Amino acid sequence: MCTLEKRGRVLILTLTGSGEHRLGPDLISSLRSLLATARSDPSAAALVTVGEGRFFSNGLDLAWAKNSSEGLSTLVRLLKPLIADLISLPMPTVAAVTGHAAAAGMMIAIAHDYVYMRGDRGVLYMSELDIGLPFPDYFMDLMQAKITDPRTLRDVTLRAKKITGTEAKERGIVDKVCQSASETVAEAVKMAEELAGRNWDKGVYASIRMSVYPKLCKSLEIPEESDEAVTKHFASRL
Amino acid sequence: MCTLEKKGRVLILTLTGSGEHRLGPDMISSLRSALATARSDSTAGALVVTNEGRFFCNGFDLAWTGKSKEKLMTLVSQAKPLIADLVSLPMPTIAAVTGHVAAAGVMFALAHDYVYMRGDRGVFYCSELDVGLPFPPYFMVLMRTKLTKPGTLRDLALGAKKINAIEGKERGLVDKVFDSASDVLPEAVNMAEQLAARNWIGGVYASIRMSMYPDLCRSVGIPQESDEEVEKHFVSRL
Repeated sequence: MCTLEKRGRVLILTLTGSGEHRLGPDLISSLRSLLATARSDPSAAALVTVGEGRFFSNGLDLAWAKNSSEGLSTLVRLLKPLIADLISLPMPTVAAVTGHAAAAGMMIAIAHDYVYMRGDRGVLYMSELDIGLPFPDYFMDLMQAKITDPRTLRDVTLRAKKITGTEAKERGIVDKVCQSASETVAEAVKMAEELAGRNWDKGVYASIRMSVYPKLCKSLEIPEESDEAVTKHFASRL
Repeated sequence: MCTLEKKGRVLILTLTGSGEHRLGPDMISSLRSALATARSDSTAGALVVTNEGRFFCNGFDLAWTGKSKEKLMTLVSQAKPLIADLVSLPMPTIAAVTGHVAAAGVMFALAHDYVYMRGDRGVFYCSELDVGLPFPPYFMVLMRTKLTKPGTLRDLALGAKKINAIEGKERGLVDKVFDSASDVLPEAVNMAEQLAARNWIGGVYASIRMSMYPDLCRSVGIPQESDEEVEKHFVSRL
C-alpha cells in the first residue's frame, strides 16, 4: 500500500501500485505507521510523498464506506489524525503530485509544506460539490489555510474545478510544475535535500509550522504548545 | 537612536546612525517616545519611518540579551506595545526602507500601512528558524495578517527565505520598489503628503485600521473600541 525509503537525509513515502490509492482504514493506518517511523528517525530531515501510477490519491475509499456499516463518517474521522501527523511532522514535507489528487487525496497533497506537481497530466479536484457532499470542518480549515486567494478557493470548493498543475502553480496552490512524473519526483527530492541541508532544529520547525496554522491545528485537535514547550525550543544558536 | 522631524503635515522618524538599529530597551523606548509625540501632534497627517545606513532594523539587540532567555523574553514583551503603537496610530504610516530588515525588524516594517523599499539592495529575512527560535505569537499574528499571498508566509517563516524588494513586491511584502536608494524617502514623503491631504480624521483612520485587524489588535493588547467610542467617530461630513 505504501513504503518508506531513505535517501541520505530524505525520506520518501510512496503510495504504491497502479490503483487509485484510495484512503480506506488500511491505507490510512499504514501511512500513519510510516509517518510515525519518520517522526522518530533522528537522522531524517525531510519527507517527500509520491504516488505511483496515474493517481496521487483519488480520495476516500467510498466503496469501503458503502459496504461498511460505519460509513463515510468513519473514514472522515480516521483521516483527521493522518492530516494532523503531516501538519505536526518535525521536518519539512514536499508532496510530489505525480497524478490526480482528488478530494481527500488533494487534502493529503496540500497538507505538505511544498507541493510540486506534474503539468503534463493530472488534476487537483475537490469533487465534493459534484457528489453532493459538504466538506468536513478540517478539510475547509486546511483549504483556507493553504489556498489564500479568495477566487481560487471559490473555484476549488464552490465550482468543483479540475485544476491542472500549470494552473495550480499560477494560482498559488502548487509551488512548482514539472514536465513529467519522474521530473516531479526528482525536483521534489532535490528540494527536500536543500531543505534538509539547512540543518534546522526539527522541533522548532514543527513549532513554527503549527504557529502558522493555529486554526487548522485546533480543527485537527493538535494540542497547542504550552509556553514551557515553546521556551524549551530556545535557541542554542544565539 | 532616532529623530523626529516635521515637513508640512508629514512626520519623519529616522533610525539614525550607520548601525543595525537593533531593538533593545533604549531603542524601543526612544521609538515609543517619538510615536507618542506623533500621536499627540494634532496637525500631523502622516508618518514616514526611515533609516540611515545599511540596515532598517536587524532585529532584537542580541548583544544586550546575550544567551539569557529572560532578557530575550523581556525584549519580546517590550516590543509588543511598540507594534501596538504603530497599529493604533491615528494617521497613515509608511516605512521607507533603505536597508536590511530582519527578524523583529520585519515585524516593525510590516506594522506600517505601506512599505516602500529600495530595489538594489536589502532583504527581508526572518532568521528565527535558522537560529532555532519559534516566533512569539504576536509576530505570527502580524505576519498572518499582512502576508496573505500564497506561499509568502511559508517561505518567510517556514523557509527562512531572504526576500529582496523586487520579489517582496510580487509577494505582497512591499508596496513600491525604487531603483535608487535616494528615491525611497522622497517618494514616501510624497505619498505621505498625498495621504495627509485627504484630511482624514485621525481617530476614524485608526478605528478603521484596527477594525481591519481584530486578531492582531487582540494579540498586541489594543483594547477593542466600545460601541460608544465607535459612535463618537460619527461623521460630520455626511
